[in-house]
Amino acid sequence: MITVLAFYLFATLTVLAGAVTILARNPVHSVLWLIVAFFNAAGLMVLVGAEFIAMLLVIVYVGAVAVLFLFVVMMLDIDFAQLRAGFVRNFPLGLLLAVVLLAEMGIGIGAWSVGGIKLGTPDGSAPTGAAASNIEAVGMLLYSKYLFLFEAAGVLLLVAMVGAIVLTHRQRSGVRGQNIGRQIARRPDEATVNVKPEVGQGVTL
Amino acid sequence: MIGIGHYVTVSSILFVLGVLGIFLNRKNVIIILMAIELILLAVNINLVAFSSYLHDLTGQIFAMFVLTVAAGEAAVGLAILVIYFRDRGTIAVDDVHNLKG
Repeated sequence: MITVLAFYLFATLTVLAGAVTILARNPVHSVLWLIVAFFNAAGLMVLVGAEFIAMLLVIVYVGAVAVLFLFVVMMLDIDFAQLRAGFVRNFPLGLLLAVVLLAEMGIGIGAWSVGGIKLGTPDGSAPTGAAASNIEAVGMLLYSKYLFLFEAAGVLLLVAMVGAIVLTHRQRSGVRGQNIGRQIARRPDEATVNVKPEVGQGVTL
Repeated sequence: MIGIGHYVTVSSILFVLGVLGIFLNRKNVIIILMAIELILLAVNINLVAFSSYLHDLTGQIFAMFVLTVAAGEAAVGLAILVIYFRDRGTIAVDDVHNLKG
């Protein structure tokens, strides 16, 4: 019973937050509602026993992507009212597309619930992870069967990071920067020394 | 009782909301990027639900890779947005025709 309640709570909030995300006037509100949507989707995933993905969703989205969005939204000084000018004009077309997509999916789910297509029977080769906890099972699979894909994902993230830095990096001219090479190559004998000359004596430089 | 159909329904609605968001906010790139994130979230819910339904963890592994791609896409997309804004002072999608021949 509590599971059913939790499911409907999470599902309703996810859908509601998703709707407000695309309808909100202020993009900052949109980002915050996106966070709500992701949080509740993580709840949905916990309900089916996928804790690892759920926690990943919270960490990656709420912790990183949403903050990135917030940064950009608040950094750019944009007249958002002007950007929403075509909202009403695009509404009928968008609504039509949404209705068609939803109808298609409804037909698909309806057909599936009537008979369903049997694509094959489980031959037992797929790891079920029933014995271990979810995180353990995912780790077992990730570091054995999908090791190279996992590393490829890491490389992908590295490329994305380097790409984002290269894109936004700005070479500013007329700035006196630190010359690290010269600093390191400096010797004590060519450094500035502190001397205390007598009055009227002067120093040799 | 909650079945796989409930999960597929939620993810369908979320997917449609994402597509609708792209159409409604045709001018605002930031909202379009957020709508894409919503679509990817719907896909992830689907993958996880079916992974649980079929007792096959591959779906969850795949959801993780989708998450990776989504994070990279958001980073690069927002970086492009920032340099575009720096260059042009606007992010209206209608004005983007730099690559048009």
